[in-house]
Amino acid sequence: MGLAKNRSEVDEGLKSELRKKGVVITTLEELYNWGRRSSIWPLQFGLACCAIEMIATACARYDIARFGAELFRASPRQADLMIVAGTVTKKMAPQIVRLYNQMAEPKYVITMGACSIAGGPFIDGYNVLKGIDRYMPVDVHLPGCPPRPEALLWGLMQLQQKIDNQEIEKTEWYQKGTKREFPVPEFGPKGLIPKFNPEIWRPETASHRRSRYGDPVLLGKKVAAPKFETFGDPTAKVGTV
Amino acid sequence: MNPTEVKSKLEAQFPGISIQIVNNGLVLKPEDLVRVAKFLKESEEFKLNYLSLITAVDYLEFLESVYHLYSMDKRTGPLILKVRVPRERATIPSLVPVFRGAEFQEREAYDMMGISYEDHPDLRRIFMWEGFEGYPLRKDYIPEDADVLEWEDVEWLERHDVKVPEEYKEFARQLKAAGKEARAVKPTEKEI
Repeated sequence: MGLAKNRSEVDEGLKSELRKKGVVITTLEELYNWGRRSSIWPLQFGLACCAIEMIATACARYDIARFGAELFRASPRQADLMIVAGTVTKKMAPQIVRLYNQMAEPKYVITMGACSIAGGPFIDGYNVLKGIDRYMPVDVHLPGCPPRPEALLWGLMQLQQKIDNQEIEKTEWYQKGTKREFPVPEFGPKGLIPKFNPEIWRPETASHRRSRYGDPVLLGKKVAAPKFETFGDPTAKVGTV
Repeated sequence: MNPTEVKSKLEAQFPGISIQIVNNGLVLKPEDLVRVAKFLKESEEFKLNYLSLITAVDYLEFLESVYHLYSMDKRTGPLILKVRVPRERATIPSLVPVFRGAEFQEREAYDMMGISYEDHPDLRRIFMWEGFEGYPLRKDYIPEDADVLEWEDVEWLERHDVKVPEEYKEFARQLKAAGKEARAVKPTEKEI
């Protein structure tokens, strides 16, 4: 993450010397960001097996409360962070985008696991969305299948770093004309309409997967199914008992 | 439960019925399914009163619906019934009048494989939404190419004030003019 460091111009050495004497120097921004990053409230929802790891992270052994993110909220209005934990099916995607739209600013998103990043093992399926970042911006991509609780904590720490380095005046939700709500996709005859939102996400021009693995191939010998004459009489009345 | 015994008993019960045994399953004609299931459920000898599973298989030449019957009273099972129908005329009588639990499983088989069950009380899609076209678990179904915007996507995005890049728009226009759909690459078959 190429983040510009948001540091005060007071010398660090002087600061620590002063701290020993009981004088604390800080900037308003630092204080504000410290408060924000130490009380990230995630939205309470899980989609698949990654949710189990998220639950484990919230429990006593890994204890997400050490990072101030233990308050899983049941309402998007009270949440700061959306952890997309699990496979996003096409049927679920509109609801996720709607929940994101309903969250109050400032809002952040962690995609947890291979499925919510890019479809994961279901990438060739008809039913799974190939990454939630097609419809809404994502702050931290957290790979793994599923990521261990430590990985989720690491992702949270990355997010805390990002929050720490934000300047309040320059954050995107205070800028004029920036979009922070995104259209909710609809169900179409072949899948979701639209397939992605080009303002947020665009497909790679060269397919990395194809260049590396080539086109999909079905291996093995095809065995014909045995022939049978029991198709029944097409003129017979069916459904009689 | 020996399928050969069941077969001979069914043949004694319904003279003229045609039954074949395939992999421990009894392959029936579609028109015989309901009366056979009803007999197996109600007869004192079998009491196969629990329908545990209905699933569908695509064999390319035909579609097959598979039923697993258990007996809760006698602790026997499964007895496997199979019904085969041609792809273009995939109609099988529904088992809902005999087993109420067949309802959702038949809806699932209809949704994924496109087998329509006659006399089903409420035959709708169960997993996919209304308006979805095609039956996604059939072997000839090819999913959409999710990385290419089609013209309806472009129209939708512009309706929602999203700026679509010119090259995507042009490509979608070309696709529409050629009357093509953006589908995923079909896997090529290779023998090893």
